[in-house]
Amino acid sequence: MNTEIQGKSYPQTAPYAVGREKVREFARAVFSTNPLSDNVEAARAAGHADLVAPPTFPVVIQELTLQQLLADPSAGIDFTRVVHGNQQFTYTRSVIAGDELRATLTVTSVKTLGAHSMVTSETQIVDADDLHVVTAISTLVVRGDE
Amino acid sequence: MTAQTRSSVAFDSVTVGDIVAERAVTLTRDSLVRYAGASGDFNPIHYRDDIAAEVGLPGVIAHGMLTMGLAVQPVSDWAGDPAAVSDYQVKFTRPVVVDPVSGADVSIAAKVGALDEDAREARIDLTVTFDGATVLGKAQVRVRLA
Repeated sequence: MNTEIQGKSYPQTAPYAVGREKVREFARAVFSTNPLSDNVEAARAAGHADLVAPPTFPVVIQELTLQQLLADPSAGIDFTRVVHGNQQFTYTRSVIAGDELRATLTVTSVKTLGAHSMVTSETQIVDADDLHVVTAISTLVVRGDE
Repeated sequence: MTAQTRSSVAFDSVTVGDIVAERAVTLTRDSLVRYAGASGDFNPIHYRDDIAAEVGLPGVIAHGMLTMGLAVQPVSDWAGDPAAVSDYQVKFTRPVVVDPVSGADVSIAAKVGALDEDAREARIDLTVTFDGATVLGKAQVRVRLA
């Protein structure tokens, strides 16, 4: 892959409307049994405006930005050779059903290690008021031929 | 709009070394397809044996983000509110190979690793194992306690 994409940012993604059923679908997929991600009354009783998405839900928004990176011909990344190296979420607040989120990815580092490449990116996710919700940092390992 | 939430678990009630949650989850190929749909990550290494073999993997592997997502659920249940999580990070150290017939059994143990008196936060360290080996490294969840 091309190491010169270090420092590159991609255009902010179109607003993503977080729906209740999407939160429920994601919660089921990660084996959540937490009522705050499923039952609106329980979420409201706990002080939230609506369903609370599971902690890793922001990956749905981050994924949209990773698709920009993977589809960028100048990055030269073979999608089927990508495995995830590490991941971090730092939250200002949780994602709540009803949120409208936009995200911006910046490539923070590209390293080559033998046949493999490691690309680290940082995705800043903001809400409709442009307030920070969560930062998602991801390192992808692009496996080379061995 | 939602505010940052604190867990109802009292800061003073926890001690470093406490096991706060344990859980076992069986992943099947269906789990991977469900997660692909919910997350938008359709990398074929998570559902096609031929492509997994072609890129040198030992078989179809679970999305790292699925393992990360399910591993935090016992902590979210212990805290009571997923919004009490302020930070979550993992390193993907070993793939979870999901057998088409028998699936993959993943075990999670969540232990208090450190306490931050000033922030009234606990760092919960996750041990996530599959097939006798740890699959996540430095898996840490920060939780705001009461």
